[in-house]
Amino acid sequence: MDEIVSLENVSVYFNGVPILEDINLSIKQDDFLAIIGPNGGGKTTLLKVILGLIKPSKGKVKVFGKSPEEGRKLVGYLPQYVSFDPNFPISVFEVVLMGRYKGVLQGFSEEDKNAALNALKIVGMTEFKDRQISELSGGQLQRVFMARAIVREPKLLLLDEPTASIDPEMQKTFYELLQKLKKKMAIILVTHDIGAISVYVDKIACLNRKLFYHGLKDEGLEKLKEAYGCPVELIFHGIPYRFLEGHKD
Amino acid sequence: MIEIFQYEFMRNALIAAILVSIACGIVGSYVVIKRIVFISGGISHTAFGGIGLGYLLGLNPILTTIPFTIFAALGIGIISKRLRVSEDAAIGILWAVGMALGVIFISLSPGYAPDLFGYLFGSILTVPPFDLIVMLFLDAVIVIVFLLFYREFLAISFDEEFSRVVGIPVGSLYLLLLCLVALSVVVLIRVVGVILVIALLTIPAAISRQFVYNIKKLILLSIFIGMFLTIAGLWLSYILNLASGATIVLVLGTAFLLSSLFKR
Repeated sequence: MDEIVSLENVSVYFNGVPILEDINLSIKQDDFLAIIGPNGGGKTTLLKVILGLIKPSKGKVKVFGKSPEEGRKLVGYLPQYVSFDPNFPISVFEVVLMGRYKGVLQGFSEEDKNAALNALKIVGMTEFKDRQISELSGGQLQRVFMARAIVREPKLLLLDEPTASIDPEMQKTFYELLQKLKKKMAIILVTHDIGAISVYVDKIACLNRKLFYHGLKDEGLEKLKEAYGCPVELIFHGIPYRFLEGHKD
Repeated sequence: MIEIFQYEFMRNALIAAILVSIACGIVGSYVVIKRIVFISGGISHTAFGGIGLGYLLGLNPILTTIPFTIFAALGIGIISKRLRVSEDAAIGILWAVGMALGVIFISLSPGYAPDLFGYLFGSILTVPPFDLIVMLFLDAVIVIVFLLFYREFLAISFDEEFSRVVGIPVGSLYLLLLCLVALSVVVLIRVVGVILVIALLTIPAAISRQFVYNIKKLILLSIFIGMFLTIAGLWLSYILNLASGATIVLVLGTAFLLSSLFKR
């Protein structure tokens, strides 16, 4: 099975307002795709459609050939915001273990616990496993939620603005982690970080209610302007100049 | 202090205090960490309708209150999640409608309504043995449901969206949790009454969570603190000759204040 996610003519309306219109998207097994676009362009909504958290008003969604609710067993998810009470009585290890949930009345096995420890090792948080989550910094929390996303060894990883809340030094480590993970799973990354895209990502999709481009990144960056509806500042890593177009009007 | 337990009503009161603390420790911990204190307050006030129904039908009000609070819990849960009504509006509506029904039922029932004040404000010294058995049974149900589903309850309290992603039936389990709140309201009514129930459901857990950061420890500490403070309130009300339910609530409130100051 080569195609793991397919969206056909998907539209989402909230109270009659279009959020996504006529989206066609196909994700393959070894894709590393970045979705870029302005705020309110529907990027998070698109991820939630793939996860089955939002039902499309029109169109068909298949995840691993099944409905999103079925297919998401193979999907890991790192949300942009996790709204929780910082004093919630739960430890780092327990948060990660939750990602291994199998079903009602099914406890966590030794295998699940080992997987949780392993995921914490991958994100470099092993020594924090017994900490209560209120004792962590923003960047550390982000790594814990990352461990929670990969603990079930997903075949597809959805990341929503993963670098927005961490400092630049951590961002590099984070992208290096993704480089390792992409050998084992397809990755869809929603981001504003165009610099990182130019270095690490293979394909891009430009989304502003409609999908403006979907394909290899080199041709796609040109199309950014169309998606944003306004010139975009592009700063390429390793390229010693800034690319900034003026407004047309 | 020991000699007061030679009276049967005191022994019953002590058993009631213990049964109440178990329900409060388990359910109250989730009420506090999931921040459903006011939903629980709504459910407890709606219970007055069930008490009125008991008077009207000539049945034990504790028994008629069980289906009534379950219905209220499901009503608040379903209305706020499925309809375009905000949760606090749903709570407010059911709260008032439940109490109004209770008043109508009582005014329709023949004769004078004995013990009505006890159902409103609690009367731990007059809990009949049959009601203790009902409370024991409800406690058992609460403990069993908790043991079966504590993982899911913790997950949906922490992060609903992620719980949905990993396949937890979030909607059904939330309703189940509200039903546990409903059952614990019934356990508590005899001791503190519908109006003061919310104090026992929140204060022991609110005190405990300042000191422990693990759900199992939180529940155990809440049960222990609930037991200690309820019995202390019972004893104080006996020696000072004050209303038992209100004294227990004031002891709980004072303990919360002191623990917050101490923790600061």
